[in-house]
Amino acid sequence: MALKTNTILICAGGGCISAGEESVKQAFERKLKEYGLDTVVSVVETGCMGACSLGPLAVVYPDGVYYQKLTPKAAEKIVEEHILKGRVVPEYLFEGEKEKLTIKEKEPAEIPFFAKQVKIALRNVGVIDPLSIEEYIARDGYFALHKALTQMTPEEVIKEIKDSGLRGRGGAGFPTGLKWELARQQKSDIKYMICNADEGDPGAFMDRSILEGDPHSIVEAMTIAGYAIGAQKGFVYVRAEYPLAIERLQKAIETAHEYGFLGENIFGTDFSFDIEIRIGAGAFVCGEETALMHSIEGKRGQPRVKPPFPVQKGLWGKPTVINNVETLSLVPPIIHKGAAWFRQYGTEKSPGTKVFALAGKIKNTGLVEVPMGITLRELLYDIGGGHPQGKQIKAVQTGGPSGGVIPAEYFDTPVDYESLGKLGAIMGSGGMIVLDEDDCMVDVAKFFLEFTVDESCGKCTPCREGTKVMYDILDKITKGEGTMEDIEKLEQLAQVIKDSSLCGLGQTAPNPVLSTLKYYRHEYEAHVKDGVCPAKKCKAFISYVINPEKCVGCTACARVCPTNAIHGEVRKVHEIDQDACVRCGSCIEVCRFGAISKVTPAVVGSISR
Amino acid sequence: MSKVKSLEELMKIKEQALQNIKMREAGKRGKIVVAMGTCGIAAGAKDTLKAIVEYMNEMKIDDIAVVQSGCMGLCEVEPTIEVALEGQEPVVYGNVTPENAKRIIQSHILEGKVVSDLVVKRGEV
Ligand SMILES: Cc1cc2nc3c(=O)[nH]c(=O)nc-3n(C[C@H](O)[C@H](O)[C@H](O)COP(=O)(O)O)c2cc1C
Ligand code: SF4
Ligand code: SF4
Ligand code: FES
Ligand code: FES
Repeated sequence: MALKTNTILICAGGGCISAGEESVKQAFERKLKEYGLDTVVSVVETGCMGACSLGPLAVVYPDGVYYQKLTPKAAEKIVEEHILKGRVVPEYLFEGEKEKLTIKEKEPAEIPFFAKQVKIALRNVGVIDPLSIEEYIARDGYFALHKALTQMTPEEVIKEIKDSGLRGRGGAGFPTGLKWELARQQKSDIKYMICNADEGDPGAFMDRSILEGDPHSIVEAMTIAGYAIGAQKGFVYVRAEYPLAIERLQKAIETAHEYGFLGENIFGTDFSFDIEIRIGAGAFVCGEETALMHSIEGKRGQPRVKPPFPVQKGLWGKPTVINNVETLSLVPPIIHKGAAWFRQYGTEKSPGTKVFALAGKIKNTGLVEVPMGITLRELLYDIGGGHPQGKQIKAVQTGGPSGGVIPAEYFDTPVDYESLGKLGAIMGSGGMIVLDEDDCMVDVAKFFLEFTVDESCGKCTPCREGTKVMYDILDKITKGEGTMEDIEKLEQLAQVIKDSSLCGLGQTAPNPVLSTLKYYRHEYEAHVKDGVCPAKKCKAFISYVINPEKCVGCTACARVCPTNAIHGEVRKVHEIDQDACVRCGSCIEVCRFGAISKVTPAVVGSISR
Repeated sequence: MSKVKSLEELMKIKEQALQNIKMREAGKRGKIVVAMGTCGIAAGAKDTLKAIVEYMNEMKIDDIAVVQSGCMGLCEVEPTIEVALEGQEPVVYGNVTPENAKRIIQSHILEGKVVSDLVVKRGEV
């Protein structure tokens, strides 16, 4: 490979691709060719760089300058200015890097978004070419596998993982080393290692990013795990919605074979291991470990009662370890650098780092990896950049449909398994949805319940029927038909479903309801007792009204209204017919005079002045 | 690709790949700036750039960044390059044909001796 003067890393993660990465890349290549620089400047596609809301992103090395929101035109300009003349193009500089106008005055680490992050699981994502095994090796890839196979017994590998304190990143936080040890102790000629890449939590996409951006880390980790527990066969269960992840993983498995990191007698030892990909249809419950195994066996993806646990009786009745993608991605660095190294990050009981997917009312939406124990405030404000319009953040919802909300007054809580659990939320797989005053807590609970109702596999009654009843009550409340008894019934039901459901889906489904009730009971009561939706979100409780003082009669609102609910003559004050209004909110957006406002409680019937 | 059996083989792949990756990363011992304004390109700066890259590659020099800049304002002695090594005054060379580029790399970068007959200017341009 020839020496290159510059490398343009362009993010080809899902976010950036949908923002038009492909055409940006083509523009880069076209321009480079035009200047005859295509042989000395390389354009490399990487996995998600983490700041998806600012995509398409690219980094120009050796200067390490980050560019955001690229267009084909921007790409051309960057070639002409930056590559050709060494001048940074300020208008596309990454947020927070704006002041850096000349090259090499500021390292990327000083940008707050990057400064507080510690990338272990995402160490290679956005940095290497995921299709190049050499680049993975250059970043110490497969060294851990070599070390494990040639210098450590399986027991020593397990001890290292146990000492590191690594806990499962797929939701429950079960100690990984212990899980491996239990599997190792099982007497069986056949054992299996499964990587859970089902990633069902709405909003979370760290697993996809790792598979797309660093597939070899999963191949390496699974092989190490296979050695540790005594398995010769591994499966990666990926949802069909992740075609790019599947493609890159497939390629990684193939090249690992060519290099002898998979297959017979790895590194010349007598250990042999192979990996197969299994594609799932993407039902949420298939991420649950017993359902997932049924699905691999070709049966319906329904959970079964535990015990026996998978480590005792797993895939085809054989001892099986199942680990999440992010959990596995942490394994090679732990083996390579040691448990103590890993423990320098995070807290005593939650060592290491965790990847979060920030979504909702936050400036920097995307993936971030931080040491455990960081406070929510640091995570949301220093890294997340706070509210996009500088409003107050009201709460954050963590853990997806199995999780709960954490109000702003608890933002100094450290992020770890115990602290979040104490607040009635969970770490889960790391989805974080940031809420502000415009988000109604009853509506938030309803959103997650709707998800659960859709995804319940239907095998057990409390989950199948109970969640539906809970949903209906929430729906009633948001429609203005709820009673105080309903709130009580909701609480009782939640408890019953929690205690009597078969699998984790049903057992955790009431969490969003319970946690919103715990912190925002007053919002429920406001709906029921006062006929008010404090966030002005639930349509039954709001009206759009025109302030006659401010209306100049430009007719913009009347023209946009889908139901012709707005009447008025040109240059005269307009008026909304409340019976015809469907509360779509279009009018408030087009009025440039701030004459329309949303009010709660609702104005009933037509208002005539 | 034959199968990797030993740590040595793994190390070798790593070093090879690192060389390629290193060029992307900041933190070099110095840099060579090739003036690539319109006049520079007209005077053959592209060939010079290529020669520099190829020769550095050949000599396995990977701690020097090669970057391009706009016109340095020295059109009559194009192609021009600037060699800036850490802790030293930058040196601007003129008439850098591909052959001269090799001389500069050999003498200035590898042996630490400035090629005086090609020097146009010392210090910041
Ligand atoms: C309804 C339900 C859905 C789940 N979905 C996922 C998932 O998408 N990905 C995942 O890794 N774990 C998921 N889990 C957790 C897995 O059952 C299992 O605990 C995990 O894969 C173990 O890996 P870990 O110890 O590395 O976290 C889910 C659990 C439940 C109850
Ligand atoms: S858009 Fe605003 S100013 Fe114009 S008619 Fe409607 S309410 Fe009045
Ligand atoms: S909210 Fe929608 S339906 Fe109601 S008046 Fe405005 S535009 Fe019309
Ligand atoms: S997809 Fe590009 S930053 Fe996430
Ligand atoms: S009054 Fe509507 S644009 Fe001027």
